[in-house]
Amino acid sequence: MTDTVNEQTAEEPGGRFGDRDTIFGDSPEGTDVWQRVPYDPDHYGPVEDFATDFDHADAAYNPNAPEVWKALREDGCPVAHSNRYGGMWVPITHDTVHEIAYDTDHFTSRAVVPAVGRPGDLAMPAPIGGVPPISSDPPFHAMARRPLLPPFAPKQIEPWEDEVRVLCRRLLDDMGEIVPGETVVDAAAQYAQHIPVNVIGRMLGFPEEDEELFRTFVHDAMETINEEPGTRGGIDDLGKYIGKQIEDHRENPRDDLTSYLMNVELDGNKLSDDHVGGSIILLLVAGIDTTWSAIGSSLWHLAQTPGDRQRLVDDPEVMTFAIEEFLRAYAPVTMGRMVKEDHDFHGCPMKKDDWVLLPFPAANRDPKQFEDPDTFIIDREENRHAAFGLGIHRCLGSNLARLELRVAIEEFIARFPNFELVGDTRWSVGQIRGPRALPVRILAD
Amino acid sequence: MQIHLDAEKCQGHNRCYALAPEIFDVDDYGQAVLMVDGDVPAELHDKARLAASNCPEYAISITD
Repeated sequence: MTDTVNEQTAEEPGGRFGDRDTIFGDSPEGTDVWQRVPYDPDHYGPVEDFATDFDHADAAYNPNAPEVWKALREDGCPVAHSNRYGGMWVPITHDTVHEIAYDTDHFTSRAVVPAVGRPGDLAMPAPIGGVPPISSDPPFHAMARRPLLPPFAPKQIEPWEDEVRVLCRRLLDDMGEIVPGETVVDAAAQYAQHIPVNVIGRMLGFPEEDEELFRTFVHDAMETINEEPGTRGGIDDLGKYIGKQIEDHRENPRDDLTSYLMNVELDGNKLSDDHVGGSIILLLVAGIDTTWSAIGSSLWHLAQTPGDRQRLVDDPEVMTFAIEEFLRAYAPVTMGRMVKEDHDFHGCPMKKDDWVLLPFPAANRDPKQFEDPDTFIIDREENRHAAFGLGIHRCLGSNLARLELRVAIEEFIARFPNFELVGDTRWSVGQIRGPRALPVRILAD
Repeated sequence: MQIHLDAEKCQGHNRCYALAPEIFDVDDYGQAVLMVDGDVPAELHDKARLAASNCPEYAISITD
């Protein structure tokens, strides 16, 4: 570990590709430049008061999040606080979330996942950060983001609809024989979970026969992404696999997202293999758990609302509005920031390097921004939701996410117009909220 | 009805293009492009209002 830290320099904030441990790690003796003292979660038990001891990783949080936000709002607490993670603030109103998302002067994206280790000043330095552009601040941000926008612009994503539909139908076929009233399927593990990873794998031009392997690498990497630095083995396998695909694309260039990334120019230069690989990892981390969480949450909702299922069947055009209401009510992503310098935020004494959670899903339930926010209105007409964020870091995969979400719901309802929850839905823990196990019983049409 | 797009506020959510493609196009970077010269034909008034009221960045404004 110390050897790799000595090789790390401040000019290479990303570290060697696949060697992510050099982002964190022990600081050179006598300094705390890489990592501040990690917070010990064992010092804290379950949350008793979310206003003063907020923890989004508490087991009770994700299943009950809307109630938590409602209670905080009604108690007049627009910004919760916690000593966990070394100090964290949690704005829960649309105004406060909006303000922080827009304020890149006081809040940096150099780290967006409140985690066990708090990076010191030279780990992931702004304005680049470890994973551009998600970790980037102005003025570097716009330049890092620009090359990734064209492949995800609406007109580039629209042509993928047929392929997404074929994939969804295949997954439904793979569920095997269905006996209405009896058969139970896991809509998360057997359906939602497979969709984004397969679609992005095809966009990247990864071999179809590697589908299962690739999915395993990605999911293993996700599992460990928030864990103690030094234990993130899952990402090594994925890094090596991606490296191999990059090599293959160099030998056999073709018309796909990997070749695009290898040829696009940033400031007149092509991207290094490290940058290409890093961008691919970003697309995977940013686009997989998030999207299948949205699909799963939407199906969780539909399993409990026969009226909404019937409306989708009777009036397919309502999907234009329904999609946005699923995104509003069940927004999967909470992002984060770090405080740049000590800053008084509307009376909250924020300290340099404090974490700030950005719960877009909470902003989506703010009655000041949305009428009747805790009611799911399938044809809601005015819906400026923030599921894909606000401001310069708007999710660049949003068009692809919408396509996958829409087709996944359409195909599931078309095959199974009626289904109900059975057993226990198991919710995720942490910043991405969605069902990880969603057993549903298929009913007669 | 007059419609106005503040290009600097546009972050490419593309809600306007999805709801009112007769009024908004998108460029190669996902930025909205206004296709009417400000004056909205009567048959598109409803779509114009829908587009304006669904922009998360409040980039679209309407004056009747």
